[in-house]
Amino acid sequence: MKFLSAVILTALLAFATGLYGVMPWWSFAITSLIVAMAVHQKAGKAFLSGFVGLFLLWSILAFLKDSANEHLLATKVAKILPLGGSYIVLIVVTGVIGGLVAGLAALTGSYLRQRSN
Amino acid sequence: MRIVPMLISAIATTGLIIVLNTQLPVGGSKTPRLGYFLSPQKGFWQNAESANASHGGEITLTGIKSKVEVFMDERLVPHIYAENDADAYYAQGYLHAKYRLWQMEFQTHVAAGRLSEIVGSDRIDTDKYFRRMGMVYAAEKTMREASKNKEIKAAMEAYANGVNDYIQSLEPHEIPFEYKLLDYQPEEWTPFKTYLFLMFMSYDLTGRGITSDLQMTNAKNYFGYEDFDQLFTNVQDSLDPIIPKGTVYPSPAVPVTAPADVDSVYLGKTNTFSNATAPVVPDKNNGSNNWAVAGSKTKSGRPILANDPHLGLNLPSLWYEVQITTPTHSTYGASFPGSPAVIIGFNDNIAWGVTNAGRDVIDFYDMKFKDSTLEQYWYNGLWNKADIKEEVIKVKGQPDIIDRVAYTALGPVMYDASYKNDNTTGKYLAVRWTAHDGGQGLQTFYELNRAKNFNDYLNAIHKWTCPGQNFAFISKTGDVAMKQQGAFVARWKRQGDFIMPGEDTRYMWQGIIPNEENPMQKNPDRGFISSANQKSTDDTYPYYLGAADDFPLYRGIIINKRLSAMSNITPEDMQLLQTDNYNVFAEMARPALLKYLNEAALDADGKKYVSILKSWNLRNDIGEKGATVFRAIWDSLETTIWKDEFEKSKRSLPWPDEPVLLEVMLRDSVYYFADNANTPDKTETLYDAVLTAVQKASAKCKALEKDNQLEWGTFKDTRVSHLLKIDPLSRLHLPIGGGVHIINATTKVHGPSWRMIVHMTDEIEAYGVYPGGQSGNPGSKYYDNFVDSWAAGKYYRILFLTKEAAAKSSQIKWRITFNN
Repeated sequence: MKFLSAVILTALLAFATGLYGVMPWWSFAITSLIVAMAVHQKAGKAFLSGFVGLFLLWSILAFLKDSANEHLLATKVAKILPLGGSYIVLIVVTGVIGGLVAGLAALTGSYLRQRSN
Repeated sequence: MRIVPMLISAIATTGLIIVLNTQLPVGGSKTPRLGYFLSPQKGFWQNAESANASHGGEITLTGIKSKVEVFMDERLVPHIYAENDADAYYAQGYLHAKYRLWQMEFQTHVAAGRLSEIVGSDRIDTDKYFRRMGMVYAAEKTMREASKNKEIKAAMEAYANGVNDYIQSLEPHEIPFEYKLLDYQPEEWTPFKTYLFLMFMSYDLTGRGITSDLQMTNAKNYFGYEDFDQLFTNVQDSLDPIIPKGTVYPSPAVPVTAPADVDSVYLGKTNTFSNATAPVVPDKNNGSNNWAVAGSKTKSGRPILANDPHLGLNLPSLWYEVQITTPTHSTYGASFPGSPAVIIGFNDNIAWGVTNAGRDVIDFYDMKFKDSTLEQYWYNGLWNKADIKEEVIKVKGQPDIIDRVAYTALGPVMYDASYKNDNTTGKYLAVRWTAHDGGQGLQTFYELNRAKNFNDYLNAIHKWTCPGQNFAFISKTGDVAMKQQGAFVARWKRQGDFIMPGEDTRYMWQGIIPNEENPMQKNPDRGFISSANQKSTDDTYPYYLGAADDFPLYRGIIINKRLSAMSNITPEDMQLLQTDNYNVFAEMARPALLKYLNEAALDADGKKYVSILKSWNLRNDIGEKGATVFRAIWDSLETTIWKDEFEKSKRSLPWPDEPVLLEVMLRDSVYYFADNANTPDKTETLYDAVLTAVQKASAKCKALEKDNQLEWGTFKDTRVSHLLKIDPLSRLHLPIGGGVHIINATTKVHGPSWRMIVHMTDEIEAYGVYPGGQSGNPGSKYYDNFVDSWAAGKYYRILFLTKEAAAKSSQIKWRITFNN
């Protein structure tokens, strides 16, 4: 239960920081850290819930944009980056990058909580 | 103690964020900030436009006086209906920004010498190049003069307000894709940027002299004037000028005389300066076709006009289609994102189209300075004070660079001790350009948009100074006209073809040819007018037009030949002519090649390719192998003839133009340059040269055939490149024929950038297409949706609608309302 709430909270707060594009893209690292401090889990689980939260958020958002766009831009970007022109790979990479940042932030949060205990 | 792992993970988190928030160098360029770029709520995903996106809406803006309605048709062309002209230009600015903002700003950054600001230190030389030729100086001067006209000033300001209101409405995540890729932000638009953009067009269409004058000086010094004048001859036997041969010209109002010492000081070998390489050179093929047929030659009895400007093919396209309707006028055509009004188009009463005049309006002067401070230069027997302009070049991630440029009576000193290469050491070269003299900017097009008849047209174009154009014209009342118009220098023969002495007034320009003497033709008996960048007149015209290599010969010949033979012309006939792939150059060159070819001396491969050449239908259609064989043989022949002599010079020399060699072959079989300079004991003739050329070319053709590249379309491999030259954002390997010297002038990267045909029926029948799309967003399906039609030679029927008709049209998809 804790794991699931951490994932959902991480994703929701990250989504909120991304609204209107005003705050820096990495703002979700801070909210993910706070979530990990609030919902206490062991280090491994904390990392995983942060990772999963952002992986899901970013890859779903990217997937939605990409489907509506009929893969037009993602295919081009996946050639520039270069990812072999595969929009699927690009969506996964997007999710993994968001996930890694959030996961590490959550890990830090979990250690911080353990330390303040 | 959990402090150690806590610290490690905190450092890892921060480190990862920093890496993902930095532009990392990869190869020669930099990545975007990946975290930002991939963030779905901020980065590029936001530019992935939904295939079902609406392009309509209701917008409330303070910058307009009354309500403006815009109907977007199914090709995303806006039809703007405004109650006054300023509001129309406001809406045009808003729409240009909405669909083309990044391109507008990028192009003006190039013109202003501000690329380093965006991409870093790699482009400092490009920035210096544009600044030192006086682009910013000239744009400022034109703006000062043109703004004296209140209407133009108001139009520019309304347009800028429209652009800025769009920029201000943008949320950070909505900025165009390329800003995110290169990681910078849009800035405020100003009327000055429109003038910078127009200067860029002046450069693109008249700036070739910046390099060719230096190269021609090299060639003249290397070969001596006598040989030079043979190699780079101004005689064109096959010329069919824009104004037909035999036209009588009055004696000149500006009598020009060459200085007395021209033979020794100017044409002699005294000038030892050599070539400098420019970072950006206007394409030699920048040119165009336009023609118009009178009612006497058309099926309907009404005139038809056709125009296709040949420019570099880019995405986003240089052009943006628009209809502008206000109580003063209703005009449709291609506009420049970055400028108000329509540039090539038609209204209810007239249609117009332009091609480049190609006249030489840019010269270099060799200046003498007292010392390296550039403060005083020797001119007319005394030391004169130069104006020093300090150019501040901002460089991304580095301190600013200050570049001092001296301005003299003969223009800005482009090359000096601080901007030079190995060859230019010790020289001060000032560049004199008609674009430096200001002018009335957009006035001509502003008036053409509103012109109702021939007199309006003439009054409008007489305000045009640079770049000189051939303005084709038709009217509903049946007039057909062509006039070459611009501020053209009254030159003596060869004046300005080479670097000129800059110490006194004798080599200065002696005047500008009055508008009345610029070549013109109205309602000719032959029933048509045309121009394709060839010389505008024969040699009886009392002024020197410029070096012959500024004027391509062959498209003009074939256009005139075809138009003469046609009657009962329809717009479909004009479409077929505009996209015609017949190679008139090959028609003339093939018999000349075969005449000099000893076929018996060829091996089996050689014979095979010569037989392909012989059976070729002279068309550069995509599937023709003969077109490739011909090109390979001709290129090989030029190499055989020129390479030996030209390589002996250590300096960079241009090779003579194709017509020079062809006309020699058609004239006479003894040719000095046919002799290979590397075989002193042997004298080669044209017969030897052609045989060598065919042997080398057949080896090349064999290799091409092995790689399946012998068909013309594959061999030519036309592309439309993104402005940043990023392949995934470009359209590659397009199946389109044509080429140099062909009416369909499509080469690898260059060609018809807008094709338009206007039939002056009561309700105007017009067609258009360009290799791009109305949206500049690579994430939009409207980014390149015209490209395939363009390549296939297809046109779109243009919707030119009254507001009432637009409201009812099934081809109108969206409606934007601007409320004040």
